[in-house]
Amino acid sequence: MSQINRSAKQLIAPVVSNKKVGQYHQIIVNVGELAESCKPGNFVAISVGGDSSRMILRRAFAISRVSSSTTFGGTMELIVAPGGQGSKWLCAQGEGAMLDIVAPLGTAFGIPTEPVPVLLVGGGYGSAPLFGLAETLNSRGCRVDMILGASTASKIYAPMEGKRAVNSMRIFTEDGSMGQQGRVTDPIPELIKDLDIAVIYSCGPMAMLSAITRITDQCDVVHQCAVEESMACGIGVCMTCVIPVKNDTGEISMLRSCIDGPVMDGSKVQWDLVGQQL
Amino acid sequence: MGSGGTATMSAIDFSTTIGNTWFPAPTFTASGCASSGRELAQFFPLREMGGVVTKSVMSKVRHGRPTPRMAETPSGMLNSIGLQGPGIDAFIAKEIPYLVEQKARVIVSIAGETVEEYSTLARKLRTVSGISAIEVNISCPNVENRGLVFACDPEASRRVIDGVRRTIGGELPIIAKLSPDVTDLVSIARGVVDAGADGLALINTVLGMVINIDTMRPQLGGKTGGLSGPAIRPIAVRAVYQVHAALPKVPILGMGGVSSGRDALEMILAGASGVSIGTANFGNPTAIMSIQSELKQLLIDRGFTSLKQAVGFAHRTDEVE
Repeated sequence: MSQINRSAKQLIAPVVSNKKVGQYHQIIVNVGELAESCKPGNFVAISVGGDSSRMILRRAFAISRVSSSTTFGGTMELIVAPGGQGSKWLCAQGEGAMLDIVAPLGTAFGIPTEPVPVLLVGGGYGSAPLFGLAETLNSRGCRVDMILGASTASKIYAPMEGKRAVNSMRIFTEDGSMGQQGRVTDPIPELIKDLDIAVIYSCGPMAMLSAITRITDQCDVVHQCAVEESMACGIGVCMTCVIPVKNDTGEISMLRSCIDGPVMDGSKVQWDLVGQQL
Repeated sequence: MGSGGTATMSAIDFSTTIGNTWFPAPTFTASGCASSGRELAQFFPLREMGGVVTKSVMSKVRHGRPTPRMAETPSGMLNSIGLQGPGIDAFIAKEIPYLVEQKARVIVSIAGETVEEYSTLARKLRTVSGISAIEVNISCPNVENRGLVFACDPEASRRVIDGVRRTIGGELPIIAKLSPDVTDLVSIARGVVDAGADGLALINTVLGMVINIDTMRPQLGGKTGGLSGPAIRPIAVRAVYQVHAALPKVPILGMGGVSSGRDALEMILAGASGVSIGTANFGNPTAIMSIQSELKQLLIDRGFTSLKQAVGFAHRTDEVE
């Protein structure tokens, strides 16, 4: 059997709820048993616009959390920013709307075999999948600290219940409208030392992921990041979402962020070559 | 109208023939839109479609063009991949055995930068078992030099096909994949058929561009890209119709925005003996399966007892009874 997309299924799934949370929408979808095969880091590809839509491509969203034992059966939570036409359409779908989804797709965050101190770094709504990850890490005995950053307060996604699984949460905004003023990457070198961090998990803009890698390159910290690159299919057939990655023998090749990612080893990604001709 | 009668699902002959090769169904992937098929196998058994047309492979490893490589457009998309691939040796070693194991019928698509490269690729494939046909992609728009798009030049097109034909001998059917971005498609089609092509794949993507109005620069890393999806379907139907009118005996794989059974039937009526599904796979991993069953039903509904009866039906001048 094929090893690619091996847990993925296509199904028509109803929206259970759609709530506005700050600038984002929290959308809960009933996915039944599929919830059990979703791991933190995986994503879902959703058809948008309905049957007569001129938007022919699915939109990819990180699965922020799954729950397999709600009154609805298995559910999947998505945090969506109504930016483009596709995500605006999705944010307008109310309870009972049916979504054509393909999930789970992509790689998941690796969970340490030993309980070690970890740092979770989220940029903007990139923080969404980190809360589900925090719960998993916490349940494995890892000490989880989290830092979130955005340009301004309204772009921070930090639900109250998300704090349960973390030891500490600090917020940074570039305009100082929430938490401390500055970039989320500023405190990382100090936190690595103070908290004896073994692994950094990150999700957010590529510039942030690249900046974190520059820090982890100087020390002995593993950096698992969820990358983003414009994507047409989400299942590995279109070859548009590629990222330059070095393998163990030092060879650089263009890997698909949909099937070889989105979670990648930050130290292997050739950040300076993103968007360049190899 | 066909031979009429009360045809049932099982009564229709859904098979098609390209060159001397028989396929149980007229539905294929379009090269470059299904990688080597492996990724789709999770969603349906690959043997259930007519065949897998693999992503065009070159002699050597190729990294392709810089990102971003994709821009969605109304009812379509631009892509600028630039033939990223593992090279023919790795492809033969890893992908062909997998597809054979899946009992998929395989059409290998090849692309080269020179006439000689195409011949070299054909030579390597000649002795590989499990291949049903070779697609010679002479029309990929995502190359640095437009002069390298062989399909824009009748003489270059002929030379490539002639080279592949001589190398491969009479064994494997050759399908030439052509570009619609030419002044006289029929003369290019005629040229490659004279040079030894058994069939034609019509159409490759149409060269296009999107400019990002925030950066005020081209959206794609490669600046230009190939437009695909329903937006180009009427161009594809026209191309298939024109070429079938001029070369009614040459089998055509029709492609360009096919996303439903209705679209597939349109291609068949225009003169295609089979359809390739490309961009629709991106939006729907089971597109080929639904297109296949819809097409079969549409043919039955219209009284056809075989797919072949419907091929080129739109060219008939007689009144429908």
